Amino acid sequence: MWKTVLRRFLIMIPQLIILSMLVFLLAKMMPGDPFTGMINPNSDAKEIARLRQVYGLNDHWWVQYCRWVGNMFHGDLGQSYIQHVPVASLIWDRAVNTFWLSLLTVLLTYAIAIPMGITAGRHQDEWQDQAIQVFNYITFAVPGFVFYILGIWLFSFTLGWFPISGSVSASASGFWGVLGSRLYHMILPAILYALITTTTIVQYLRTGIVDNKVEDYVRTARSKGVPENVVFNKHILRNSVLPIVAFLGNTITGLLSGSMIIESVFSYPGMGKLFLDSISQRDYTTLTALILLFGILTLLGNLISDILLSIVDPRIRVK
Amino acid sequence: MDRQKDVLLDIQHLHTGYRLGGKFYDAADDINLTLKKDEILAIVGESGCGKSTIAASIIGLYDHKNTKVTGDILYNELNLVGLNENLFDKIRGNNIGMIFQDPLSSLNPLMRVGDQVAETLYYHTDMNEEQRHARVIELFNQVGMPKPEETYAMYPHELSGGLRQRVVIAIAIACKPEIIIADEPTTALDVTIQAQILDLLEDIQRQSHSGIILITHDLGVVAETADEVAVMYAGQIVEKADVKTIFEHPLHPYTRSLLNSMPQADDEDAADLHVIQGTVPSLKNMPRTGDRFAARIPWIPASAHEAEPVMHEVEPNHFVRCTCYKEFHFKNEEGVQA
Ligand SMILES: Nc1ncnc2c1ncn2[C@@H]1O[C@H](COP(=O)(O)OP(=O)(O)OP(=O)(O)O)[C@@H](O)[C@H]1O
Ligand SMILES: [Mg+2]
Repeated sequence: MWKTVLRRFLIMIPQLIILSMLVFLLAKMMPGDPFTGMINPNSDAKEIARLRQVYGLNDHWWVQYCRWVGNMFHGDLGQSYIQHVPVASLIWDRAVNTFWLSLLTVLLTYAIAIPMGITAGRHQDEWQDQAIQVFNYITFAVPGFVFYILGIWLFSFTLGWFPISGSVSASASGFWGVLGSRLYHMILPAILYALITTTTIVQYLRTGIVDNKVEDYVRTARSKGVPENVVFNKHILRNSVLPIVAFLGNTITGLLSGSMIIESVFSYPGMGKLFLDSISQRDYTTLTALILLFGILTLLGNLISDILLSIVDPRIRVK
Repeated sequence: MDRQKDVLLDIQHLHTGYRLGGKFYDAADDINLTLKKDEILAIVGESGCGKSTIAASIIGLYDHKNTKVTGDILYNELNLVGLNENLFDKIRGNNIGMIFQDPLSSLNPLMRVGDQVAETLYYHTDMNEEQRHARVIELFNQVGMPKPEETYAMYPHELSGGLRQRVVIAIAIACKPEIIIADEPTTALDVTIQAQILDLLEDIQRQSHSGIILITHDLGVVAETADEVAVMYAGQIVEKADVKTIFEHPLHPYTRSLLNSMPQADDEDAADLHVIQGTVPSLKNMPRTGDRFAARIPWIPASAHEAEPVMHEVEPNHFVRCTCYKEFHFKNEEGVQA
């Protein structure tokens, strides 16, 4: 068990190095640099060349890379040339916002998907299953942003149940006040977002149950006189959640890319929105840091799902 | 009277039909069988004859929505056909143990094998955890598991096929059931392991005096282990007798064909092994009237078959379906007997 975890951690080191190099080179290969935006008929070409020299943009790429990694270890992700603030502080607040939104989304996703998947698998081809399939087709086929905009229109504009944008209201005060306001702002995007992300998990769980139901080991369990509800919960279900656990890393990656759309639609100040803003502003330092962060989070997501999988599935543990 | 007393399982007019496109088709068609104490009853026949269907009907493990079971399966005073599921759960694993064909897939991959045996004890005994553990070790010893203590904590994928089948057997015998049903217990294993597992089953039977229903398509296995034999073809029993009679004095054309197609250890010339023409018809295409085997022995005139073949007791405890056996001969013996 611990060997598996340790081995998995060690694998992550080269992954991280390669990831950071790729991200760095990608950033370098993008057309333009932070000073391109400052070029206008009035600007002084010499001044810009001087700035490039000062910021080390003329050094060899690996010198820049080493400097970049070295700085990162000191928590310095560079300076946003556009916003004139340290990237680390720019990302931090947004990351916290995205973290809470993602966490709430994940919790809601599983809270919705697991009972649905179980019902569909258990009542395979009966009306419950068919109703869930219809729901799944809809959430799968309708693009997220259409769904979100419809949601805002209905629940925020028309019914006025939820705020339209933002992450916390300016008038909120006190610990509980702020917390409440944050939750209030997150609840609609999280629910809408969760409904979209449930689809895959429901399908995995349903398929898992349908497949495992007819496995020989289930028949063995029944032949032992194990009551049917225990057969289901202990034998069938436990084997059916393996694909979901394996899929967890993917779920996390999906959340990150999905956060760009949902945060933009809801004007929610998180990493996804920051990412899109940075692209349009050519804020490379921020962009590079964000891509790296997304990459690291993806690796972490896979790490977590592998570790969880090795806890629940003895077959993949290293001896 | 004594004979009656030793009857463990009395199957009368069992019909088991599967739903195919809205209609039920009998895969077990009017089965009559008895299993006695201290007896190994073999059910033998080609793939698709309905052997597993009988096993599933006895232990009540079939899809209740798409399967129709009628007739009687009497166990003591209890009729297992249509028995309440809660009651059945008390019998399965406790009074009737079941061993399945494929040891690779019959164990839960996520559970330690010892726990899978202990689970049976949990539901049928009032042993505490320690006692269950001790009993599992005892069972592992009984089924010849090399390192019982170490094995307890292992997962199925860490064991070989033969060892997994020993775990499955340990599960089946954990509660000392009176009846053990073994559905092709050695088919998935290689030959040397097969022999060991069969020996083990015989040992268990001798020690526990239970009755074993051994399902197989391998006449070699039958010859080695069975006391009584029922030969099955296309959902029906076509011949029934003790093992000696079946091998020395077989009557039904199907039994004789099976025996003739069996390679002999001393038979140098495998080329003249008999091959039964055609295959077992699928459930939907099974003939429901007349002799079901007739199509596979077309050189025997139709007049030789009964219109509705029934079982005849040709000598005490030797039953044969249809009277066509009287005129049956193998194709290459034509002229010799005709
Ligand atoms: N659940 C089911 N639904 C429909 N048909 C079935 C079902 N189970 C078995 N059958 C059919 O019933 C017939 C008898 O099957 P059964 O499994 O009892 O045969 P068997 O003698 O055990 O064969 P094998 O040696 O292959 O295990 C076959 O034609 C099979 O296709
Ligand atoms: Mg079978």
